[in-house]
Amino acid sequence: MFAKINYYLKSFLFLELLKGMNVTGRYFFRKSTTVQYPEEKTPISPRFRGLHALRRYANGEERCIACKLCEAVCPALAITIESEQRADGTRRTTRYDIDLFKCIYCGFCEEACPVDSIVETNIFEYHFENRGENIMTKEKLLEIGDRYEAQLAADRSADARYR
Amino acid sequence: MDFLTSIWEWLHEYVQYTIFSGVKSLTILLPLFIIVAYYTYAERKVIGYMQTRKGPNRVGPKGLFQPFADMFKLMFKEIIIPTNSNRYLFIIAPVITFAPAMAAWAVIPFNDTLVFSNINAGLLYILAMTSLGVYGVIIAGWASNSKYALLGAMRSAAQIVAYEIAMGFALVGVLMVAGSLNLGEIVGQQAGGISRWFFIPLLPLFFVYLISGVAETNRAPFDVAEGESEIVAGFHVEYSGMTFAVFFLAEYANMILIAMLCSLMFFGGWLSPVPELVDDSIGWLFGKTAVFMLLFLWFRATFPRYRYDQIMRLGWKVLLPVTILWLVVEGVAVYFEIGPWFA
Repeated sequence: MFAKINYYLKSFLFLELLKGMNVTGRYFFRKSTTVQYPEEKTPISPRFRGLHALRRYANGEERCIACKLCEAVCPALAITIESEQRADGTRRTTRYDIDLFKCIYCGFCEEACPVDSIVETNIFEYHFENRGENIMTKEKLLEIGDRYEAQLAADRSADARYR
Repeated sequence: MDFLTSIWEWLHEYVQYTIFSGVKSLTILLPLFIIVAYYTYAERKVIGYMQTRKGPNRVGPKGLFQPFADMFKLMFKEIIIPTNSNRYLFIIAPVITFAPAMAAWAVIPFNDTLVFSNINAGLLYILAMTSLGVYGVIIAGWASNSKYALLGAMRSAAQIVAYEIAMGFALVGVLMVAGSLNLGEIVGQQAGGISRWFFIPLLPLFFVYLISGVAETNRAPFDVAEGESEIVAGFHVEYSGMTFAVFFLAEYANMILIAMLCSLMFFGGWLSPVPELVDDSIGWLFGKTAVFMLLFLWFRATFPRYRYDQIMRLGWKVLLPVTILWLVVEGVAVYFEIGPWFA
């Protein structure tokens, strides 16, 4: 009986509705959490998995030894590698293609690489304008690696103690 | 100038009258369109801030040109008419929704002299016009020949039937206190400060009117006719470009109308709450209307959509009995001339 009166009192005085409006009313004056994207950006983790790159050693020699572990581990079969033996007896790649349409940015290639050659950078703003540009060739990957080496090395050393 | 006046006098009396009323209606409708445009902007901003977002802020300073950008986009979009639709009804449905939404503004008084047409059956006219809008919704839903549109139209029809009655009864309450159907006189009866305003003796009817007003305009939490998460966009799924924009315009014009009617009938319109200190002015009317307009947005930001059967329960089993009960109370009060309002 008392519960029933209480129920009617509650619903006819709009108590619960007012409570709800109180919440939204309070939030109206809160500072908005929006990040104004092109001008403002959220911080990026050193483990961020963006566009790929191939790194070199300090002496300019490319790191990749064509072990094909990344090709084997790649769950999307996005990596294609061909290799040959150089005159100095080392094995190097002649072709290192990543199809970015197939790639799922899982980072397994980076994890599998024994020489830290294939890495994923923190570049996430890129686009293609023509067919075929989705295939990252060895030249393109090395070029990205050369350009962002400082950042890549910094990210790797920041994450080194967790690896 | 003399030349222009001579042309004016040369025109037939009826032509003069037509031109004169045309200009008069434009002075109401053009500001209304601007307000509707910025009401949509305000809606996105207010709801944005209530969700700790920013809302539109890219087009122009603080996003102030956003409504115009949207308007131009809608104007240049193709109007797609579904192959198996009834194309005449499909095109005419938005017009049927739009025309009454605009026509209702004819009897709205802005102060004791400023009114487009001061007819004595103003309240009845408003009730008729706001109910006509639903025909556009039903016809749009049927003419689209789409299952979602038809579902939306049916929901809308049932909802309007349920809430129209409660709304009508709430207005009967106003009519009983004021003793007049003329909106100007209804406001005039409330003269003498905030204690004379009708929302005090008619508080339950005011809430009923506000709730059924929200339901009548198909706004959240009563937007089952649109119900985007259930039936895509309800009655206007198949509409694009200007035909859609016209529905949109009508909905917002109706919201502003309901807000203005609330302030006219229950909150003394252009009357100042303390006439001894502040003068009556049209600013009061716009201020009160703005508060109710904000309430519409606030409701939308807060409440989840009603389930369909709950809408029916609320309309028939709560609002209707409440209004009838209060009419009885009011009838007794009027008969025995109780209190300051019923004397």
